[in-house]
Amino acid sequence: MRDFYGVVLDSPLMLGTAQYPSPAILEAAFRASGASVATVSLRRESGQGQAFWDIIRGLGVHVLPNTAGCHSAREAITTARMAREVFETNWIKLEVIGHADTLQPDPFGLLDAAETLAAEGFEVFPYMTEDQVLAQRLVDAGCKVLMPWGAPIGSGLGLNNRYGLKTLRAAFPDIPMVIDAGLGLPSHAAAAMELGFDAVLLNTAVAQAGDPVAMARAFGMAASAGALACTADPMEPRDMAAPSTPLIGKAWL
Amino acid sequence: MKIEVNGDVHEISAATVQDALAELGWGDARVATALNGEFLPKAARATTDLTDGDRLEVLAPMQGG
Repeated sequence: MRDFYGVVLDSPLMLGTAQYPSPAILEAAFRASGASVATVSLRRESGQGQAFWDIIRGLGVHVLPNTAGCHSAREAITTARMAREVFETNWIKLEVIGHADTLQPDPFGLLDAAETLAAEGFEVFPYMTEDQVLAQRLVDAGCKVLMPWGAPIGSGLGLNNRYGLKTLRAAFPDIPMVIDAGLGLPSHAAAAMELGFDAVLLNTAVAQAGDPVAMARAFGMAASAGALACTADPMEPRDMAAPSTPLIGKAWL
Repeated sequence: MKIEVNGDVHEISAATVQDALAELGWGDARVATALNGEFLPKAARATTDLTDGDRLEVLAPMQGG
């Protein structure tokens, strides 16, 4: 099993902590999902930060701070440095957003920030497009994990470019990879894991479901099922039918 | 002196960032600070003087995806 900067995760599900109807539902969703990682952010202190931190610590999962909302390498680097101090981890989900409508990562700013942060000892999880050239440059910059998007953040579209993700997976067999963003259904999570990805990261699909706790559990089950299926060496699809019941011994009627 | 804290102007009497945080009620809070756009580590707060017009960002753990 591929590890994330030396950490082997109990579950391939990473779950966001935003947009839940209440803190109690957030906690219940985490417990139901079995998620091993919680993503968090840093925002201006408004009196709720300390209570939120207590909830997150109580979950007993790994914490992955993000640089969400940063539109430049400079902003992302400063946010990462602040996050490291507050959350006491070298892990950083590095987001440098390049476009307001698609929230597509800016590959150039991302690479700049990744180079700087990796040199400062950060363990970078770069939120990226499924671009193979970018992937190589990020690996060269010191990233030991890659996080290609499934689809734009919050869209729920699933795996938008299955071919691109499949070729990316094949091109970097030793790099742990997380499908981050755009997943809408547990079947999307299972599909990502069946392709050989090591984890999935999602938030909106669970938090905005009518029953977040049930959906969290469904995502946890689907991610684990997909991971198991991948190790079980799936059959090759074929165009024509092939009977599964033996023809030999069939009655002459 | 007047400094900007998280986008709002505050009149403070503290001379250093550490004392300003205490004055603002964040003495014991788990927060990260940036002064004029640059990360200011916790260990440097006590020795970093404030000047009129400084921009201080005080960030705390928050929900994120």
